[in-house]
Amino acid sequence: MRKTIRNSTIVAVTGLLMAFNATADDKIVMDGSTTVGPIAKSFAEYYMKANPNVNITVSESGSGNGAKSIINGTCDIGNMSRPMKSSEKKSAKDSGVMPIEHIIAMDGIAVIVHPSNPAKGLTVAQLRDIYNGKIKSWKELGGPDSKIVVISRDTNSGTYETFETMVMNKEKMASGVEYVGSNGAIRQRVLSTENAIGYVGLAFLEGVKSLEVNNVMPSEDTVRNKTYPISRPLYMYTKGRPKEGTHLFNFINLYNTTEGKKIIADTGFVPMN
Amino acid sequence: MNSSEKKHYAKNLVLEKKTQKINKVLTTTGTGILFIVTSLSTLVILFMLFFIARDALPFFKSQGFREFFTSTKWYPSSDNPEFGALAIFFGTGIVTLGSTFVAVPLGISAAVCLSDILPFSARQVTKPVIEILAAIPSVAYGFFALVVFAPLLQNNGGYILKIAFWVISIPLFAILITVAIDVMTDKIENHLRMAARWILGIVLGGTALFLLIKAGLFLDSLKITSGTNALNVSIILGIMALPTVVSVSEDALQSVGRELREGSYALGATRAETILLTVIPAASSGIAAAVILGIMRAIGETMVVWMASGNASQIPVPWYNLLEPVRTLTATIAGDMGEADHVTGSARYHVLFAMALSLLVISLICNLITERIITNTRRKISS
Repeated sequence: MRKTIRNSTIVAVTGLLMAFNATADDKIVMDGSTTVGPIAKSFAEYYMKANPNVNITVSESGSGNGAKSIINGTCDIGNMSRPMKSSEKKSAKDSGVMPIEHIIAMDGIAVIVHPSNPAKGLTVAQLRDIYNGKIKSWKELGGPDSKIVVISRDTNSGTYETFETMVMNKEKMASGVEYVGSNGAIRQRVLSTENAIGYVGLAFLEGVKSLEVNNVMPSEDTVRNKTYPISRPLYMYTKGRPKEGTHLFNFINLYNTTEGKKIIADTGFVPMN
Repeated sequence: MNSSEKKHYAKNLVLEKKTQKINKVLTTTGTGILFIVTSLSTLVILFMLFFIARDALPFFKSQGFREFFTSTKWYPSSDNPEFGALAIFFGTGIVTLGSTFVAVPLGISAAVCLSDILPFSARQVTKPVIEILAAIPSVAYGFFALVVFAPLLQNNGGYILKIAFWVISIPLFAILITVAIDVMTDKIENHLRMAARWILGIVLGGTALFLLIKAGLFLDSLKITSGTNALNVSIILGIMALPTVVSVSEDALQSVGRELREGSYALGATRAETILLTVIPAASSGIAAAVILGIMRAIGETMVVWMASGNASQIPVPWYNLLEPVRTLTATIAGDMGEADHVTGSARYHVLFAMALSLLVISLICNLITERIITNTRRKISS
C-alpha cells in the first residue's frame, strides 16, 4: 500500500515537472482500470527513469473509461481489466479507431473476509448465493450467527464485470449488497467490518484473509495455470499497432521484459509466461 | 469668480447635443454589459435545465415513467436492464430526513444561543468557528465517515447510540418535567403546592428514568452489522448542513431587533419566554428558510454518500431502519457515469439524466419556496 502511494506520488510529481518542462519530446497518456493502475504506474515510473524526456500520465477511472478514452482518442493506452465489449469495438470502429489488445498480466479475483472470520473456503455456487441474497448469515456456512455484510465493487468497474460474468452466472445481485468505488475501499471496509465479505484483485490482500474458492487458494500459480476459478487477463489497449522504435512501442512491450515481469510480480499480479 | 470659470461651469452643466448623445450611448452600453453579465448566471441555469432535460427525455420516451418511479429493481448494467429508481429516491429522502433531524434542532439551538444567550465577545469567536465547518471539503467528511465513523459504529454502535440518546434526552426530559410540574401545580392552593410538586416530581422523574434506562438497554443491545449506513451519512450530512442552518437562522434572529425583546421584558416575560414566545416566532420565516437551505445542502451532497452510505439500492425493512445501507440519487449519478457515457444513446446513460432532472426539479422547488418565504418575511418586517 505504502509503495503504491509512493509510486503514485512519484508519478504525479514527475508528471508535474514534465508538464513544465518544455523539452519533453514524447508524451504517453494512460487512462482506465483501477486494477491495472498499479502496474501502469510502476511501468511509468520505471520507464520515465530510463527515459527522462518521456512524460507518462496515468489516470484511474475504471475500465469503461479506459475504453471510452481510446474511442475518443483522449489517451494513448487504455487500461482495462476486461476485454472490450463488441459494442465498444463497434463505436471505436465508427470513430475510426482500431483498438489493439495487449494482454499484459493475469489477475485473480480473491474473495476476502475479516481476519477473525473462521471460514476457510467457499464454492462458486455458495459465493453466488451470498451475492444474490440466498445465503444471508454466516451460520448457513458453518460460521457464527451473524448477518453477512456483502460488499461489491460498483457496477462501473471491470472487477465487478469480471465477478459478475465468472461468478454470478447471469443472476442479479441482491438489493442489500453494498457498493464501493475501488479495490482499496473494499479492502478497507472488509478490514474494519467483522462480518463482511468482498472481492478484490490479488494486489489488495494485505491484512485481510482470502478464502479458497472451489478448494483452490488464489495464488500466482493457480491464477496462471487457471485452476483458480476466478482469474482473468489484464489488458492494455492502443489505437492501432504502435510503430516499432517509438516510446509507445517500447512502453507497451515492457510487460514482456524481465524487468517488466518483476514489476508486475511486485505489484501483486501474475506476469505472463 | 471670474468670467472664464463661469463659462466653464455653464459648459459642463448644459451639455451639447453631441455630448448628450455620447453619454446616452455610454449609459446604454454600460447597462447592457451589466445586464448580460447578470443574465449569464440565469442563462446557465436555463441551459443546464435544457441540456439535462434533453438527455433525460429519451429515457422517459423509451422506458416510460412507471418503472422508474415505482420499481425498486435497479440493475442498469445487466443484460436485460431494470431501471427502478424508487429505492434510490427513497434513499435520498431518508438520508435527507435523517440529516434534517440532526441539523435542525442542533442548528436552531446553536443560533438561539449565539444570538440571545452568549455574550457578544463569545459569539464573535464561536460563529466563525461554526462557519469553518462549511469550508471543509466534502471528501474529507466522506473519508472521516468511511474510515473513522463507520468502524466506530460497527464496533461500539449500540453504546454510542445509548450515550447519544441520553445526552439528548436527559436535559430534554428535565425541562419537560419542570415545565409540566409548574403547569400542573399552578392551580393548587399554596400550602399544598410544595407537597404536590414533590410527589409529581418523584412520579414523573421515576417514569422518565425508567424510560431512559429501558431505551438505553434496547439501544445498547443493537448490533450494527454495517457501519456504512443511512445513520452514518445522516449524521455527517447533518453536521455539514449545520453551518448553513446556524448562520442563516442566526441572522434571522438578529434581525428581530432590540425593541421586540425589550418590549417583551417590559411586559414581565423571562428570558426563556422572550426567546420562545417572541423572538423565535418573529424570526420563524427566516428560520424556515435556513432549514430549507440546510435540506438542500444535504440533498445535493455526493461525495459523502458515495463513500459512506453503502450504496445498496434497497428500501430497508422497516422503512425507518436507519442502520441499513441505502443508495442516493447523487451517488448513483456519480458512480454510474463512468461506465454509462461511452455508449451514448443507451437507456443506462439517459436514466442518469432523468435522475439529475428529478434532483434539479426538487432543488428548484425548494429554492422557490425559500425565496417565497424570504419575501414574505421582508414584507412582514417592513409593514
